[in-house]
Amino acid sequence: MREALIRLEKRPTPSKLWSWATPLVAVVATMIAGGLLFGALGTDPIVAIRTIFYDPLFGEFAFYYRGQLLVKAGPLILIAIGLSLGFRAGIWNIGAEGQYIMGAICGAAVGLAFYPLEIRWLIFPLVVISGALGGFLWAMIPGILRTRFNTNEILVSLLLVYVAEQILAWMALGPLRNPDGNGFPGSRNLAQYSSTSNQELIVGWGLHWGVVAALIAVIFAYVVLSRHILGLNIRLAGEAPRAARFAGVNPERLVLLCLGISGALAGLAGMFEVTGPSGQIGIDFNVGYGFTAIIVAFLGRLHPIGVMLAGLLMALTYIGGEAAQASLGLPAAAIQAFQGMLLFFLLAFDVLTNFRIRFGGRATA
Amino acid sequence: MDFGSINPVLLIASLMVASTPILLAALGELVTEKSGVLNLGVEGMMIVGAISGFIVAVETGSPALGFVAAAFGAVVLSLIFGVLTQLLLSNQVATGLGLTLFGLGVSALMGQGYVGIRPPSSPRWEFFGLNELPVVGPILFNQHGVVYLSLGLVIGVWWYLRTTRSGLILRAVGESHEAAHALGYSVLGTRFAAIAFGGACAGIGGAFLSLVIVPQWTEGMTAGRGWIALAIVVFASWRPGRVLLGAYLFGGVTVLQLNLQAAGIAIPVELLSMSPYLITILVLVVISSDKRRAAALAPASLGRTFHASS
Repeated sequence: MREALIRLEKRPTPSKLWSWATPLVAVVATMIAGGLLFGALGTDPIVAIRTIFYDPLFGEFAFYYRGQLLVKAGPLILIAIGLSLGFRAGIWNIGAEGQYIMGAICGAAVGLAFYPLEIRWLIFPLVVISGALGGFLWAMIPGILRTRFNTNEILVSLLLVYVAEQILAWMALGPLRNPDGNGFPGSRNLAQYSSTSNQELIVGWGLHWGVVAALIAVIFAYVVLSRHILGLNIRLAGEAPRAARFAGVNPERLVLLCLGISGALAGLAGMFEVTGPSGQIGIDFNVGYGFTAIIVAFLGRLHPIGVMLAGLLMALTYIGGEAAQASLGLPAAAIQAFQGMLLFFLLAFDVLTNFRIRFGGRATA
Repeated sequence: MDFGSINPVLLIASLMVASTPILLAALGELVTEKSGVLNLGVEGMMIVGAISGFIVAVETGSPALGFVAAAFGAVVLSLIFGVLTQLLLSNQVATGLGLTLFGLGVSALMGQGYVGIRPPSSPRWEFFGLNELPVVGPILFNQHGVVYLSLGLVIGVWWYLRTTRSGLILRAVGESHEAAHALGYSVLGTRFAAIAFGGACAGIGGAFLSLVIVPQWTEGMTAGRGWIALAIVVFASWRPGRVLLGAYLFGGVTVLQLNLQAAGIAIPVELLSMSPYLITILVLVVISSDKRRAAALAPASLGRTFHASS
């Protein structure tokens, strides 16, 4: 048999070193490839990369952008933590965008039902709970269809995003429309209604309740994965499904749990967004956090701490992208392509985690 | 409300047009999945096809060249998927998702200067006056060439998978890549070809959307059709004939709900707009509820990574 020049040799166990190094290598590779892409678009690559990754943190307008960092990272981390639990177990919820929308709608609907009462201690917690519940129930649809009817959860959760977008449009134009809004689409502003407002906890930091929730989710996920039987079951189901069955892991319960948790967290993210940074239910309320969170989950190696760091980095590309749009006229879509490229490089370099590269070859066959 | 304005003949003719992008994408994905590869990037390949075709058609004035460019653009994208999953052994689900996210971004980037432009129109075929026939004329003899291409591909794919040697090898690779490899067939070669075919079909389908159906370029214009194509492959139990049925069923729902919207029926527009997605989910539920049957129909190696140890 012909010997290949380069061969991949499976490692007995995945390399710990490469498992943590690949995200960094992927980020560097993406910067280089992205720089070339921006160069092709007629922008100086060095300037573009500096504008995206350096200026928001240390540049002239950093005082503004630094606050935005947490605002963007909060929902990304919150959603990605939930997704990473499922992805570890081989349960693919890719409809977080829909759960995010439904959480926002449910939270906003409950909050607006009390308008204009001023009982924050009662209303705000109720809004939070309904947000989580909205996302949870929306994620239960693919969950129950998968466990009861064996329906592919990837397709159902994704298709439900389009359904949720239609519900959002209906809500913004119909039931939740601001009665005092002169006929414009969109609900009342929840951030300006004191009973539901999810305001900044420290002025200028962008630290709102959603960011706090994201931090709690990171700690919760870390503890569950490393200390709790559920975490063991999740890891087992993903790495050795047969062994998991023999060990008595109930696969149906796991599907419902993983989808439920990720749905609830996505719903929370949507709720904190609609009561805070976004302020109202509008037709263009969702901006793709649910999809970007998929990249965040993988970039963070499906590990809670990794997800947190990846969420911050991805948030930086968002605000850096905005900055580049403003100062260099770089199109908004460039950042989307950039984020997709990052996932590609990550998946490509991941081969080094599980395989050794051998040049030349032994005379095997 | 005026149901009289809905003409059944035109409804069927426009149903065929509306179904074509999904039919093409689903046929391509069927071949890819038959070879054991699950490519979730159909949506991304469609949208890249849509913009590549649009740009070339606008710049050259030739829709035909546009369709060629659409196939080419989507094949390039699908080969990224091929290199990642087949050579670098990445997870197919994650890579497919990445392909969709990347495709949506890249297409938006490519389409910057092309918003609000009308592409050159591509004529319908007329078959020497046969299109003047009542009823069958508008349905069978007055469609765009791509509609006939898609119907021809249904037969072609069916014939290829069922009767040709190469089709048999492709199915063998999809059922058991180890066995096929041991018999000396090229697993990687077969899969790369199948992935590229899936890309080409999705690309042409996307371009049919941007050049004929809409015809315009807007960001994210595929609006989930790639995902519906994936659902239709499952619905069709990996059979070309049923892919046709599934795609036309979906096209029928789409066209009917648009007609109902136009007729001013007393159902909220949003509810009508979400109906194609809801019906796709419903059909998926019905088709996959029989567990053993569903498992027996899927290619056995679907989504599994192949690494030749020798």
